[in-house]
Amino acid sequence: MSDALLSFIGQGCQMLLVLLVAPAVTGLTRLVKARLMRRKGPPLLQVYSDLIKLVRKEAVVADSASWLFRVAPYLIFALTWVAASLVPTFATGLLFSWTGDVIVIIALLGSARFFLALAGMDVGTSFGGIGSSREMMIATLAEPAMLLVVLNMALAAGTTQLPEVAKYFIAAPLAIRVSLALALVALVIVALAENARIPVDNPATHLELTMVHEAMVLEYSGRHLAMIEAASQLKLVLYISLIASLFLPFGIMPVTAGPLAWATAGLAWLAKLAGAAIILGVWELSIAKMRVFRVSEFLGGAFIFAFLAILLSFLTQEVLR
Amino acid sequence: MADPETVLAMLATAIATLLTCSLLAAAFHRFTLGFVYPMCLSAALAALSADLIALLSGIDVGVSFPIGLPTIGLHFRVDALSAFFGLVVNIGIAAAALYGFGLDQKRELSPRVEPFFAAFAAAMNLVLVADDAFGFLFAWELMSVTSWALVIADHRSAEARHAAHVYLVMAAIGTMALLFAFGGMAGPAGGYAFASIRATHLSPLIAGLVLVAALVGAGSKAGIVPVHVWLPLAHPAAPSHVSALMSGVMTKVAVYGFIRIVFDLLGAPTLWSSMIVLVLGGASALMGVLYALMQHDLKRLLAYHTVENIGIIFIGLGLALAFDADGMRSLAALALTAALFHVFNHSLFKGLLFLGSGAVLHATGERDMEKMGGLIHRMPMTAVAFLIGCVAISALPPLNGFVSEWLTFQAILKSPELPQLGLRVLVPTIGAVLALSAALAAACFVKVFGVSFLGRARSEAAMMAHEVGRPALAAMFALSALCLASGLLPGAVIDALAPANRLLIGARVPVQLSLPWLSVVPIPESHSSYNGLLLAMFIVMSAALAGFVIHRLASRGLRRAPAWDCGFPDPSPETQYTASSFAQPIRRVFATSVFSARETVEMPPPGSLETARMSVRLTDHIWQALYVQPAGMVVAAAGRLNALQFLTIRRYLILMFIALIVLMLITAIFE
Repeated sequence: MSDALLSFIGQGCQMLLVLLVAPAVTGLTRLVKARLMRRKGPPLLQVYSDLIKLVRKEAVVADSASWLFRVAPYLIFALTWVAASLVPTFATGLLFSWTGDVIVIIALLGSARFFLALAGMDVGTSFGGIGSSREMMIATLAEPAMLLVVLNMALAAGTTQLPEVAKYFIAAPLAIRVSLALALVALVIVALAENARIPVDNPATHLELTMVHEAMVLEYSGRHLAMIEAASQLKLVLYISLIASLFLPFGIMPVTAGPLAWATAGLAWLAKLAGAAIILGVWELSIAKMRVFRVSEFLGGAFIFAFLAILLSFLTQEVLR
Repeated sequence: MADPETVLAMLATAIATLLTCSLLAAAFHRFTLGFVYPMCLSAALAALSADLIALLSGIDVGVSFPIGLPTIGLHFRVDALSAFFGLVVNIGIAAAALYGFGLDQKRELSPRVEPFFAAFAAAMNLVLVADDAFGFLFAWELMSVTSWALVIADHRSAEARHAAHVYLVMAAIGTMALLFAFGGMAGPAGGYAFASIRATHLSPLIAGLVLVAALVGAGSKAGIVPVHVWLPLAHPAAPSHVSALMSGVMTKVAVYGFIRIVFDLLGAPTLWSSMIVLVLGGASALMGVLYALMQHDLKRLLAYHTVENIGIIFIGLGLALAFDADGMRSLAALALTAALFHVFNHSLFKGLLFLGSGAVLHATGERDMEKMGGLIHRMPMTAVAFLIGCVAISALPPLNGFVSEWLTFQAILKSPELPQLGLRVLVPTIGAVLALSAALAAACFVKVFGVSFLGRARSEAAMMAHEVGRPALAAMFALSALCLASGLLPGAVIDALAPANRLLIGARVPVQLSLPWLSVVPIPESHSSYNGLLLAMFIVMSAALAGFVIHRLASRGLRRAPAWDCGFPDPSPETQYTASSFAQPIRRVFATSVFSARETVEMPPPGSLETARMSVRLTDHIWQALYVQPAGMVVAAAGRLNALQFLTIRRYLILMFIALIVLMLITAIFE
């Protein structure tokens, strides 16, 4: 098989795989949390059933909603899906991986958030407004930190193209770099905030003034809600894959290695996802949610970590000279 | 076809048409009403095509006349830089003139607006083609005065009068600074043609002073912090299509002035000058967007956003200076390309947004966002165009605002290659500031669109709003289409900018249009790429696919019902989030320190039926420290000097005698 065909099929596989696996990752996190609370918890497939059930129901739309409210879910889903298909999961060199670098991926998620926040304000309720306003506040703090992490990687690998970065880290001599460790901490904090996880937001609550994401999507129902849920599940997979491809890149193959190699690489990726989901579940149970205005300190911490990482790598370069 | 003389003739005809139009409109406004905007539109389109031809075919042509000041003459020149800026300026003028077609109900203002509109358009074109200091300053002043007259068109409003006053003072200071800049560059020999200025070699001290003077002169017109204060007052006070011109285009003419002086005339850049420009750019970007977030007047918010975007442009320019000073030519070209691309983008989306705000003002009579809401139902077309502008200015893919910020980030990511440790630490900091201001801009435009166009109507006027006329919609959609096109095909814009880069830096970004699939790879060795067209296709296809599959296979039922709102929906639109409440979390996080924001809540005692009140007090420290206090000192000094008005003739003679002695002493010392 020619390389072009392989990279095309690989791209298609990745797009389907992230879509299929995403609900399971969320389900696994929920299961882990339930088990740790000594509940039986829903089966792993429950999230899939929920999605199917939502999709098949009729959508109830508020009287005051505009066309934007109905278009936004599909747009958010599409933006997140496209972003997720650009992150290396099991293979590098996919056909369309050069459509955008990591800044583009962050910005695509930014577009999705932009439309989600607008949709939250469309019906004209106070809950929607509170969610949108807080979501945007959190984003303004998370995005600069994220960009500094990117800068850090670019500093090491000389590129912002994720497959290239992953290739660089696979080939790089294994050494403990303080700056990268700091960047990892910053990235994890940003990922928690962006995915509306504890301690920034609580994905399990309703009817609380502290909620952010759930308040924005309060008016959604039926297939629209399903699209938004699917988008946030995809986003979780995206962030886990992103962190894994940067800091645990083992197992990622060039796409030309062929379908057999993909299978092993895919298994490695699934193992990483499962591990991250379990860690996330344990983490969420072992920490309390913060007040909204403490979030700025938490994310400010991420910013400082990322900035320190850059300064450190500059200084080490200077010393090595 | 690319005949230099034809290009010059087209430009000259266009400018002459605009000037004639202006004079005719001033003299016989009763007859010219309704003709001025069509004439402006055709003149702008002619100038636009001339600039486009000049840019694409790399024309560099000058012409001199033996008139004007003795020993200087009058020189004009069209090169790649002025052709590019001419393109930007004339697109803006064309859109604003098209929008002007539909202005009827403001008839009583038209005699005050139309003559100056045409003259303003001509003056901006003249600044770009001037090739000597005298012509440049003359056109610059013409631009200032005509725009001042447009700001004060509505002279009955106290706000406009105040804005015009501040503008006039700042414009005077700016021009004085530019005078010093050109004087410094021309030196004692006094060759004021740009060609002889280029030939003079300046000492580092003079070069530094010229840079500072250019920053004050051109920077104040562009709106960099801290000389931005007039801008958020004056831009909103003018009629909306003029605001679009001032914010979208005149600030770009100012950027042109800065680039012409610093990159072209001043000679080799120095490291510390790049640092100053970077820091000022970063400060403008961050302060501009923070100011904007605190506003609830739609037009003033947009004006503050201009400060932010000018900051982003200056960040690009500062990076270009830094790379150029270190001899990294290709990276300098990348940074300059990013800055010029942002110039182009900002003129498009800021023009679009100001025209949109004009449409809203026309439909509702309101500039206050707290009195809008739900306009997407009443003005669906304006809402679509305005949404495109909001997405573009928030630097979100796949529109054009993202591309220029992405290019700026690519240049920032290359900063580790700079040899100086100071710059290597400064540039990532500026990068973080840029990321922060981009994220804040997104928040700000969620606020703008969410509060004014979405939700439920907050006032009678918003409930009764109506769509604007066809010409205004055409102007907005033309600009939206350009936003979309330059976002999807960024390679074409980058390639078109190459001649300007070669002129100023001596290097260019590699050719982009020949890359496979129309991708953009600005730095070949780092492989970072972006493909707006494919990205947009993917997004549209996946969204359509998801929608199609679900509607086909699952459900398509839709039921309208009252809003859920957790079971307690409140029918009053007052319970919605407002612009102020939307910005409250950000205000608490950022503005508490920056603007000393203080919230006071007055709760009535229990049992009382009075309303509770919450008020927020913000302090603009820049305005207080740099403007209010010096103005107070000037007034106090003038009060003291007032005594000199009432002296006897004997004392006046003594004063003159002392002054003569002092002057003679000074000359004796410096001889």
